[in-house]
Amino acid sequence: MNSAVIVFPGSNCDRDLAVALEQVTGRKPAMVWHKDSELPEGVDFIGVPGGFSYGDYLRSGAMAARSPVMRAVVDAAGRGVPVIGICNGFQVLTEAGLLPGALMRNARLSFVCREVPLRVENSQSLFTANYNAGEEIVFPVAHHDGNYQADEATLDRLEGEGRVAFRYLDEVNGSARRIAGILNDSGNVLGLMPHPERVIEPAHGRTDGRRLFEGLLETVSA
Amino acid sequence: MKARVFITLKNGVLDPQGKAIHHALEGLGFAGVNDVRAGKLIELDLADGTSDGEIEDMCRKLLANTVIENFRIERLENAPA
Repeated sequence: MNSAVIVFPGSNCDRDLAVALEQVTGRKPAMVWHKDSELPEGVDFIGVPGGFSYGDYLRSGAMAARSPVMRAVVDAAGRGVPVIGICNGFQVLTEAGLLPGALMRNARLSFVCREVPLRVENSQSLFTANYNAGEEIVFPVAHHDGNYQADEATLDRLEGEGRVAFRYLDEVNGSARRIAGILNDSGNVLGLMPHPERVIEPAHGRTDGRRLFEGLLETVSA
Repeated sequence: MKARVFITLKNGVLDPQGKAIHHALEGLGFAGVNDVRAGKLIELDLADGTSDGEIEDMCRKLLANTVIENFRIERLENAPA
């Protein structure tokens, strides 16, 4: 699997994501700078990492979503290339229009940085094939703007179409229906606030995130 | 030509910052504040002849996230330089 990790000024989880991808796929991902207007030839997975792109100016993810490389990411997503947006990456994907809704300031205003239990709501997606439906896992979160909001009709559609991939078991940030991660309508774009790339080897204390990348590798390589 | 863009959260969208400000005002002893909503003001210095449509386009494409925010444009045609 040839992967690419997008790097914005202010990204700070790009290397964690690159390490996770290299460990799982055996290949170093291409690190693609936000000013590049093209992705490397033959890319079959794109990761938009966490961090504070452009210092969260205007709105989290707003500036990054309009950077040159994102036009290429939107095109690739439209061709069916799998795209994951983690934390700030999730904010970027909503701002870019690849995912519905918006991520607002946490309901209690505080930055939340801890491990949180999640339920895998959809185990049929490209990204969650190696989990069981309803399985409870633990990923860390570290965010200030993780409060997922969308209008009721959008939320109902996400639920009805099985596009809620992960849900918080407890109240974390005020997200509507405790949504932690969602899929686009074609199922090839996932955005989530928790960080799977931070729990991939025993030294991290957990390996719950590793299966996300392994499952993706299996589906993409199949 | 100058224009101001006021960006506010849509009705019904929870505004945690507004709530915190409200709480702080009460802490300072200001009674009778029913609600507080925080927004943004963006001032644009534009080439003469920039149309309303272009400013609206700027709002829709970048300045406001219309999923959660409304915007209002105020043109200051004869503002002193």
